[in-house]
Amino acid sequence: MTRTPLRPLARILAARREGENPDAIERANLAARHEAARDASRERAEGRLLVLGIVFLCAFSMVGVRMAALAGSDPVEPRAAASGAQIVAARADITDRNGRILATNLTTHSLYAQPPHMIEPEKAARELAKVFPDLDEADLLKRFTGERKFLWIKKRISPEQQQQVFDIGEPGLLFGPREMRLYPNGAVASHVLGGAGYGREGVNSAELIGVAGVEKALDEVLRDPGRGDVPLQLSIDLTVQAAVERVLEGGMRLMNAKGAAAILMDAHTGEIVSLASLPDFDPNDRPRPATEGDQAESPLFNRAVQGVYELGSTFKIFAAAQGIDQRLVSQSTWIETEGPLKWGTHRINDLRDHGPALTVQDVIVKSSNIGTARIAMMIGPERQQNFLRDLGFFKPTSVELIEAPGARPLLPEKWSEIHTMTVSYGHGLSASPMHLASAYATLLNGGYKVTPTLLKRDRFERGPRVISENTSKQARDLLRRVVTDGTAAAFGEVAGYRVAGKTGTADKPKPEGGYYEDKVIATFASVFPADDPKYILVVTLDEPVDTTGKKPRRTADRTAVPVAAEVIRRAAPLLGLAPDASAGVTLARN
Amino acid sequence: MKSVLYFLTACVVMALAVWAYRQNYETQAELREVKELRAQIAELRERAGVLRAEWAFLNRPERLIDLADMNFDRLGLLPLRPEHFGTIDTVSYPIEKITDVMAQEMRE
Repeated sequence: MTRTPLRPLARILAARREGENPDAIERANLAARHEAARDASRERAEGRLLVLGIVFLCAFSMVGVRMAALAGSDPVEPRAAASGAQIVAARADITDRNGRILATNLTTHSLYAQPPHMIEPEKAARELAKVFPDLDEADLLKRFTGERKFLWIKKRISPEQQQQVFDIGEPGLLFGPREMRLYPNGAVASHVLGGAGYGREGVNSAELIGVAGVEKALDEVLRDPGRGDVPLQLSIDLTVQAAVERVLEGGMRLMNAKGAAAILMDAHTGEIVSLASLPDFDPNDRPRPATEGDQAESPLFNRAVQGVYELGSTFKIFAAAQGIDQRLVSQSTWIETEGPLKWGTHRINDLRDHGPALTVQDVIVKSSNIGTARIAMMIGPERQQNFLRDLGFFKPTSVELIEAPGARPLLPEKWSEIHTMTVSYGHGLSASPMHLASAYATLLNGGYKVTPTLLKRDRFERGPRVISENTSKQARDLLRRVVTDGTAAAFGEVAGYRVAGKTGTADKPKPEGGYYEDKVIATFASVFPADDPKYILVVTLDEPVDTTGKKPRRTADRTAVPVAAEVIRRAAPLLGLAPDASAGVTLARN
Repeated sequence: MKSVLYFLTACVVMALAVWAYRQNYETQAELREVKELRAQIAELRERAGVLRAEWAFLNRPERLIDLADMNFDRLGLLPLRPEHFGTIDTVSYPIEKITDVMAQEMRE
């Protein structure tokens, strides 16, 4: 670039000649030079601004494009994040209290067909009928050649069947993955578990939903994806459950009963260690509910929870305990037992004549209806109702089975004095064996309210006090006397376990009103060991009859008691209860 | 001086570009491996589930009872009954060894 001098000599000389000021030329040139420099720097600045503008435009359009891409694309889990929970099974396992599996999932396959893709429908139908004997070839062919574009053939097939179908080589036969619910123990604890079935079904998956029992009652908990692979732990002990079911089944056969139920419950926490109801079923292949006849005869019917029965003399201890708790009577108070006791047109009788009077202790030990009714009259209807309400007889049990809320106890419509008398010995009020077990637990564990549960409890808080510690102890003493001297004396004693309990034999009500002469519900409700109550056992037999004697015998002391004693003999050692060595059990020696 | 700086900068940029390129491919390879491992874990979990189910099935009480009955001659297994509990004083301890230990303690 050529620099123009500020004072060009030629012009200066010319200006001097003209007599002008040569400085003006220098100033003009300086101004021109400044102007040129300003122009150049403005150009550069403009260029820079342009570049900056382009860079910003690029940066912002990049952000915009990225935002649009994020908004428009499907969400994806970050693959690098460490976690493994999302690939575990869709439905949590169920285990017993020791972690043994009661219910789990298995992956199998379903089989479906897309007839438009089929090459040889005739061959496919023929081969399929060979693999699955229950399918009809002609029927299959009709379906394959019909209008339909999609049809299910089998909901669940085994791996071997899948291979065989695969070997047919028909492209129109397709498999979809299917989770199935497996109950590896078969019929054991079937009424507790209930069963599961399919909800909404698609080609690639199907929803597993509970249809009964714990599976349905805790369906949401089991399906909660946040659970990961933590199984649901029940309070049931599989070994004890299996032993109880086996003994109960043998007892039911021996006593010619048509049904039986047993509940073994922790007396303090209310955890149900075993809950059996016979006849039972296999939850892997759950039978359909009966559409006709009595639902209560179905194997699906849970007698321990759904069955509400008049539980007979097992109720007598409630009247006696309440009388003692309210200081109306003591164990040695004499109660009039002269029969019959008349109230209006009703007459209350005892099975045997117990003479003019018995002590409260003997009223329970000898199971006198009249005596119990008289104690109940001292208590009065109001206080009796309050007490039975505290024991839980006025509403369904809260046990975690879908069947439980439906089992509402049947109460007298108008609770008059006659009802006070009959309810005191277990007639006129129907409740489930589960109600009875939790009431016995509350009464005998020291007097704290027990809420039955099927879930294993890690922490346990005592319920509110219902009766005093002392009354609870006296009630246990009374029940212990029933087993040592009273109605359960012949068969109820299990050496070393100090069983205390009460028998109850209630005539079954006819559907048309009145009672059957020769059909009874026999119940034995017990606690063991009596001096340190640990477990409550309730055994109920439906229509038992012991035919080993000359006359058929139906009372609980001949039917339910021996079965319950055998249950304790089998279950107590499995529960880790060692027998009391001083009680004459010959212990192992080596 | 300036041109050396330019040259060095260009070298650094190229080196960074190579590094970024390699990181990109390494990351992709790692992600592929993670995916494969995931699939493997899922498969193994499923197999473990099947094995657990089979274990539970083989240990179902019904089968164990049958097995105990079948092998009664060899094993002599019976249901646990109250009489089977022992007491601590029926356990025979190796007496000699205990006296040895006691003697040693006395010496000390």
